[in-house]
Amino acid sequence: MSKLHHVTVTVNGKQYERDVEARMLLSDFLRHELGLMGTHVGCEHGICGACTVIFDGEPVRSCLMFAVQANGHDIRTVESLGTPEKMHPLQEAFHEKHALQCGFCTPGFLMTLVSFLEKHPNPTEEEIREAIDGNICRCTGYESIIEAAKLASERMSAREN
Amino acid sequence: MKPVNFDYYAPTSVDEALDNLAELGYNGKVLAGGQSLIPTLNFRMARPAALVDLNNIPELAYIKPTSDGGLAIGTMTRDSKVEYNPEVAKRFPLLPEVMKFIAHPQIRNRGTFGGAIAHADPAGQLPAVSVAMNATMRLRRKGQERTVTADEFIIGPFMTVLEPDEMLAEVILPPNPPRTGSSYKQVSRQKGGYAQAAVISVVTLDDRNRCKDVRMVLMSVGERPILSQKAREILMGQEASNEAFRAVAEAAATQEADPATDLHATADYRRSLVRVLVVRSLTEAFDRAKRGG
Repeated sequence: MSKLHHVTVTVNGKQYERDVEARMLLSDFLRHELGLMGTHVGCEHGICGACTVIFDGEPVRSCLMFAVQANGHDIRTVESLGTPEKMHPLQEAFHEKHALQCGFCTPGFLMTLVSFLEKHPNPTEEEIREAIDGNICRCTGYESIIEAAKLASERMSAREN
Repeated sequence: MKPVNFDYYAPTSVDEALDNLAELGYNGKVLAGGQSLIPTLNFRMARPAALVDLNNIPELAYIKPTSDGGLAIGTMTRDSKVEYNPEVAKRFPLLPEVMKFIAHPQIRNRGTFGGAIAHADPAGQLPAVSVAMNATMRLRRKGQERTVTADEFIIGPFMTVLEPDEMLAEVILPPNPPRTGSSYKQVSRQKGGYAQAAVISVVTLDDRNRCKDVRMVLMSVGERPILSQKAREILMGQEASNEAFRAVAEAAATQEADPATDLHATADYRRSLVRVLVVRSLTEAFDRAKRGG
């Protein structure tokens, strides 16, 4: 057993403290240490985007960071968005537009797009395509995801006005 | 798919980091953004005994003007900060243009400007761009500092002149003279994927539209970024012309590019790409220089 490092991290507004090995990836930390299984682990080398979380306000790959690097930082995962009874507008739009089939990639798409839509309330289709170019989906062919993003952006900006 | 154990150091100042590196010597490895290093750790292709994490050193992340009109970029400046910085866009429009081709938004939020250059991936955009822009690298080790040009800094695939206890601290971009135009052209199989070949051109014209300076770099077609001597020989003093650009393209593709065959493309195909991309890149760079840059 190698040296353990004390990590204090805020995830979805709640503070957690754990002792971890330096080599533990942030993605594994969220799933195995905190039990937040919404963050999915696909390729583990930064290609697929399934593990995307929002780190200090910016979407990043949680498989390309160590848990120890999150010490003192703020993280949002898919669990922060909504519940089955009260979904986030983006989740509702994914549901309505059939923007998922197997659902494996969905948490990564949601976190990437939530962050994107918060910063760009009225995006063009081109901007949406660029925003999700780091996320792979093998079911939908992407068109329905883009439709969902458009619908969510309309509803989210309508709600704010 | 999980890294082997390593000792972890999280210095909060440059001096502390240099102390760590000096103590660790060959056992230590700098962790910058980690967007290339952590995948190689996950695959266990790299097994450093210790990592020195620079992410807790705010003094290494900055973009500031230099007295001559250029910019100094701290090694830990995130790619996305460079991508969207107005001072960068004003002085060096090449940089935001190239950034869009570097992996994906999530990677650019974490990846760093200096880290990518120090990684010296032959298919990496920033090592090649730093050569095209004639950047200067400020290297630091405990009690010592030196500067080298980007072309001197990169010596082979994933190899630089950095000593084991030394780090790239800052990248200094010299100002572009008036009437300088630049262009980046690449071909890759998909958005954000590795370029099968790419060409970067930075061209300065005199007041009669003749080439006063040209730095053209071939990327992803050799063991390191290739600064074309042929472009200089053929184009200096010349106006833009398709014949001249084609002559450069032929010379670069046959005499300067040194591509390998792999899963993504054959060497011959890569040479063909160089022929096409050289003409496209030079045409655009000359055109932009004519219009003032």
